[in-house]
Amino acid sequence: MDLDYGPEYDVFRKQVRAFIEAHSHLAPPSSDRAARPSPEAVEWQRLLIEHGYTARTIPREYGGYGAEPDILQSRIIAEEFARARVAGGLANQGISMFVPTLLELGTEEQKRRWIEPTLKGDIVWCQGYSEPGAGSDLANLKTSAHIENGEFVINGQKIWTSTAKQADMIFCLVRTEPDAPKHGGISYLIFSMDTPGIEVRPLKTMTGHAEFNETFFTDVRVPMHQIVGQRGQGWFVANATLGHERGMLGDPDALENRLQALIALMQEERLGQGRAIDNPVLRDRLVALQAEVAAMKYNGMRILSNSLRGEPGGMAKMIVKLQSCELAHQISALAIDAMGELGILYHNSPRERDGGAWQWNYMFQLGLIIGGGTAQIQKNIIAERGLEMPREPKTADMARQKQGAV
Amino acid sequence: MDFGLSQDQQMLRDAVSRCLADTSPLSHVRECAERDNPLSDQVLRALNDLGVAGMLVPEEHGGLGMTLLDAAVVAEQLGYAVAPVPFLASQVLAPIALRDAGNEEQKAHWLPKIASGEARIGIAISETVEARDGAGVTSAAGKLNGTALFALDFEGADAYIVADSGGRLHLVGAKASGLEAIALTTIDRTRSVGELRFDGTAAEPLADDGGVATARLRAAGRVILAADSLGAGQAMIEKAVDYAGQREQFGRLIGSFQAVKHMCAEMAARHEPCRSLVWYAAHAFDAVPNEASLVACHVKSHTAEVHRFVARTSTEVHGGMGFTDLLGLHYWFKRIGFDRQVLGGPEAVRAEAAALQGWAKAA
Ligand SMILES: Cc1cc2nc3c(=O)[nH]c(=O)nc-3n(C[C@H](O)[C@H](O)[C@H](O)COP(=O)(O)OP(=O)(O)OC[C@H]3O[C@@H](n4cnc5c(N)ncnc54)[C@H](O)[C@@H]3O)c2cc1C
Repeated sequence: MDLDYGPEYDVFRKQVRAFIEAHSHLAPPSSDRAARPSPEAVEWQRLLIEHGYTARTIPREYGGYGAEPDILQSRIIAEEFARARVAGGLANQGISMFVPTLLELGTEEQKRRWIEPTLKGDIVWCQGYSEPGAGSDLANLKTSAHIENGEFVINGQKIWTSTAKQADMIFCLVRTEPDAPKHGGISYLIFSMDTPGIEVRPLKTMTGHAEFNETFFTDVRVPMHQIVGQRGQGWFVANATLGHERGMLGDPDALENRLQALIALMQEERLGQGRAIDNPVLRDRLVALQAEVAAMKYNGMRILSNSLRGEPGGMAKMIVKLQSCELAHQISALAIDAMGELGILYHNSPRERDGGAWQWNYMFQLGLIIGGGTAQIQKNIIAERGLEMPREPKTADMARQKQGAV
Repeated sequence: MDFGLSQDQQMLRDAVSRCLADTSPLSHVRECAERDNPLSDQVLRALNDLGVAGMLVPEEHGGLGMTLLDAAVVAEQLGYAVAPVPFLASQVLAPIALRDAGNEEQKAHWLPKIASGEARIGIAISETVEARDGAGVTSAAGKLNGTALFALDFEGADAYIVADSGGRLHLVGAKASGLEAIALTTIDRTRSVGELRFDGTAAEPLADDGGVATARLRAAGRVILAADSLGAGQAMIEKAVDYAGQREQFGRLIGSFQAVKHMCAEMAARHEPCRSLVWYAAHAFDAVPNEASLVACHVKSHTAEVHRFVARTSTEVHGGMGFTDLLGLHYWFKRIGFDRQVLGGPEAVRAEAAALQGWAKAA
């Protein structure tokens, strides 16, 4: 066990700290929930890229900083920005999911065209995967694209498309080979949200905001070169991105920050005679969550060590999305209980605490338990891939068995 | 930076695991559990041959001078095998107590004997966690009076280290006059605990450090109990997964039913981060002393909660068979139950964690 990063990394950490100290006044507020980055956030993003604190390992010719990959340096950057509670650059589906996919599977031309403006916050992307009939069973998607005069012509509907209203571009899964088996015949297309034939209807969620949308396509024409990967290989391409989405959803630093905010709240909030933290039941719940956050933090360090050794993350990694999303939700739930009746105030009501952030989080984090693969889907993955338990019999096998029985 | 077990620790783990697989199969555990004194000399001897007895004894006293993380690696394997051997008190806490708070004479007398496996010392510090049932030990002029509950590694101990009501530690010979030792029977028949009644019993004090050594023992004990549960939980998860891969109902392996798969996935998902927490807590005991007590509370309470869930869920996956004595699954269930309560149940330990952070008055 050696928790030191080593002297050369201590030097690096000092540099990061010095940068944050000198520049943090320029950072946008960490709580910024806007889908489209503010001019302030865009400026901050550019400054971070220039100094290598975001897009660090993305090649210079694509607008990144061009450093050699170094897991510990990346980790130190994340730790220091989280510790200082300073926004560590933009995190959105374009940057976290689309850019890595393109780096892995895009053509040279696509990389040059799309990565830089995405990193710099000039282009906002949305992810067009889910459909009304295809959420967990994503491969069941029906939105089709047939070829006409050398163009894809798209028809169909997507749903739960986060930020579609604000987005410039979409990365979208469509069925290009209707006769191919379910997972085959899907292609990964990118196109502008201004393309004629696209209609976006905001879908208000339980938070009271429209975090996502319904997106309709009627004869939307897309040039054939705007495909990523091969025709019919979209499932493979999309799976590359989903891995990144799940990585984004299990950040231990974010959990630690929420917990610290909860501790502060419970020390300030007065309930009857004392503070919320003086209530033994609430305090017991707080300490239980603190232990669980610690367990996830060290689980994260273990994953980090595994990747430094070039070993796969294994079970330690497979459980992160499931456990972290649930834990984040529990932290918000305790905050609301600690506020008691004040815990129901919302929408800038008098006496509302922290701008309603806890209520918003409590609701939105329920969404995160569902999005990017529900808790049940995560458990299927853990059981079948992690524990190697027998697979669910496929519907087709069941139908065949039934016929055989007759 | 390397968060995890060293190669030596992995080799230690594998050696202990093989040793226990050979010497302590379930049939042997069963035999031991049916006796009055469940502790197995045969298994203990085999472990001592690997050097386990002297792990925490400093080198200058004939031991290996290893760390609590090494001991936690062993504890996990003992839990995995539900091995009926004394370990927590006699091979971890006693050497730590003597090392940290013993005088030169005490160290020179006991530590080499502990390392060679010639002597065993039980530990009774339960009063510093929770005084109850009128128990409690007072000390005056080298004599102890009163009752200490839950002396760990009770059977076959040559001496006991006992905390008095002020948290000070004392060393008492097992055959001292004025000491009545009464075995307590617990759900877990792979461990041995007892009650010590003192009536003007002669005892040697360890250093008077205002309870610091006792608090350290509590922290070390909690980490080792958590590591034991971790191993027992690992075994229970593996058994559930195996069973679900063999048992058929409705013409299918039950493991292909999602309800069963999800029980197993939930166990694995909650269990896995405990492993990292156990490693860190054990490491912190030696290397990050300012965090050691708090993280020991966290690891004890959190693994207790997770493994109670694992114990009941694994049993449930086994259906009626899980509830019978036939499979022996209950030995792990009970071991986890023991680990949960000893040195403080989760609520008590969390209250202590809150006090350590200034969020509540100490109990
Ligand atoms: C906040 C949020 C943001 C999102 N953003 C986007 C986005 O930007 N782009 C996009 O394309 N999609 C997005 N989604 C959609 C998201 O990926 C889907 O909602 C999710 O995959 C679940 O699909 P579903 O809603 O159709 O639920 P369903 O699949 O209908 O699930 C309903 C219930 O059935 C369970 N279930 C389904 N199948 C199984 C199974 N095989 N085994 C066990 N239980 C099962 C589920 O776990 C769930 O409890 C977002 C969703 C949320 C909540």
